Amino acid sequence: MTDQTTDQHNRPGQGTAGSTSNVDHATIDESITERQEVSGFAAVMRTQPFWVFMAIIAIGIVMTFVSDAFMTERNMFNITRNFAFFGIMALGMSAVICTAGIDLSVGSLLGLCAITLGLTMQAGFGIGAGFIVCMLTAAVIGAINGILIAYLRMAPFVVTLGMLAMARSIAMVLSDNKMIYDFGPDMDLFEWIGGESMLGVPNVVWLLIFLTAVFWWVWRYSTWGRWVIAIGGNAQAAKLAGIPVERMIVSVYMVCSMCTGLAAFMFIGYIGSATNGVGVTYELNVIAATVIGGANLMGGVVYALGAPIGAALVELIRNSLLLAGIPALWQQFFVGLFLILAVLLEQIRNRGGK
Amino acid sequence: MSLLELSNITKSFGAIHALNGVSLEIEAGEAVGLMGDNGAGKSTLMKIIAGNYPPTQGQIQIEGQIVEFSQPIDAREAGIEIVYQDLALCDNLTAGANVYLGRELKRKIGPFSMLDYPAMYKRAGELFSSLKSETRPRDLVRQMSGGQRQAVAIARTQLSDPKLVLMDEPTAAISVRQVAEVLALIKRLKDTGHAVILVSHRMPDVFEVCDRVAVLRRGSKVADKCIDETSPEEVTGLIIGAIEAA
Repeated sequence: MTDQTTDQHNRPGQGTAGSTSNVDHATIDESITERQEVSGFAAVMRTQPFWVFMAIIAIGIVMTFVSDAFMTERNMFNITRNFAFFGIMALGMSAVICTAGIDLSVGSLLGLCAITLGLTMQAGFGIGAGFIVCMLTAAVIGAINGILIAYLRMAPFVVTLGMLAMARSIAMVLSDNKMIYDFGPDMDLFEWIGGESMLGVPNVVWLLIFLTAVFWWVWRYSTWGRWVIAIGGNAQAAKLAGIPVERMIVSVYMVCSMCTGLAAFMFIGYIGSATNGVGVTYELNVIAATVIGGANLMGGVVYALGAPIGAALVELIRNSLLLAGIPALWQQFFVGLFLILAVLLEQIRNRGGK
Repeated sequence: MSLLELSNITKSFGAIHALNGVSLEIEAGEAVGLMGDNGAGKSTLMKIIAGNYPPTQGQIQIEGQIVEFSQPIDAREAGIEIVYQDLALCDNLTAGANVYLGRELKRKIGPFSMLDYPAMYKRAGELFSSLKSETRPRDLVRQMSGGQRQAVAIARTQLSDPKLVLMDEPTAAISVRQVAEVLALIKRLKDTGHAVILVSHRMPDVFEVCDRVAVLRRGSKVADKCIDETSPEEVTGLIIGAIEAA
């Protein structure tokens, strides 16, 4: 029955048994081809960040009816600023997760960077020195993670779990368990960068927008980005193709850590004090934001827009529950629920796509 | 002068002799089937030609010149390309991206150099059409059939216009229809003047595309015959040892 209809559809007049089956194969091939060819809007629609963005719009629309305070400039300002810190860290985490790795040490690293940065500026050094020390701390921790994972072939989960404990401990030792709130001669500039805004948009959000654009370009047009995605897809193949896989992995963990270093620089300027408790459990929020934004823990998938969109959804849930008068105790429940829903959505999409 | 000439290649791993004085010659435009049971030394020989490790004794000549490979990149630079058994492709990238993996084309815009998609897709498309494959450069490898993946892996080898293409079990895990496609690809390689070494367990494939067949058994070459002068039965006998040598 099917044979007949496709036959008539394609080549009317040919009726022998042989040609019927040939035409049938051709039709199947053609329809498969058509399904594979996606471009423009259809391609965007197949990405996870698109659907998470739709969820954000939907929650936003509902919230404008639930709470008058939601759609105010003040609230939007707060939401975007709050998620920007996580978004910046999630951009780096996306790179790590793309290689099928994970970095659990980002929360502790945020704390360690806060302390080294704070101590440097407290000692009377300028903001430039503080920034360099902060980024160096991040780069060194990232390099240690990366070398252990790439060259000694240790599991990323274990290495970064160890670093989570160690970095936090070093932060405690260095700070002598004291809070730092004096940031030396450049304190005003430092707190302006982290806490103030330009053109009505918080500086940290500008930084997030800039970094997202950079990462978008990197994933799409740079050799580094292409190689990271290839390693995530098939590390063995990447190696055989002559890609320096070990060096790439080290660089990926350094990029992730340095995103955290940037976030620390902005975050401490914003809250105006540095303690060794900064960033406790942040790694979970960052990983949640990254996964909600479409990263696949199996590796090989990355979206630059996924990190900020995932972080935005997490913050939006928090904000919405608050404004809707639901007890704050429910916050983690909903973040967890959306995390699981996001992964479920990805599973369903993958099944449909194959 | 042969394109590739292996003389008395011996490889020992400690007390184990994986290869005992194997010699093999291949001309341009010729396909040689390399057959043998598991453990006969096929992969060891492949890896020596591919530059994965050096032979314990013996020498390799390419177009009359003695070469020594210490790593795979040396072999590639000498004009030898390998199609690996598991194809070594990245499923999450497009066919074009896989063809250029590790040697991407770039163009400069100011201080930035960026991937040159149009040029890579165009050249990859040309390679596919010269292989008479309908693979399209922009399709994801994940969605491809075994035959199409094989075409991508073979197109990869054509980027540098190699002299010799080494293929490890290219028809092992694909459907009958796709096998025909792959064999056609191998014939295209021969027609364009490439030498091909086909490592395979599949007798019909070797007899369809190869000009000669070399049989290894327990590290030694026991036969090297023109396809016209032998038969699948004889080759089977040589592989399992029922026929001592021919």
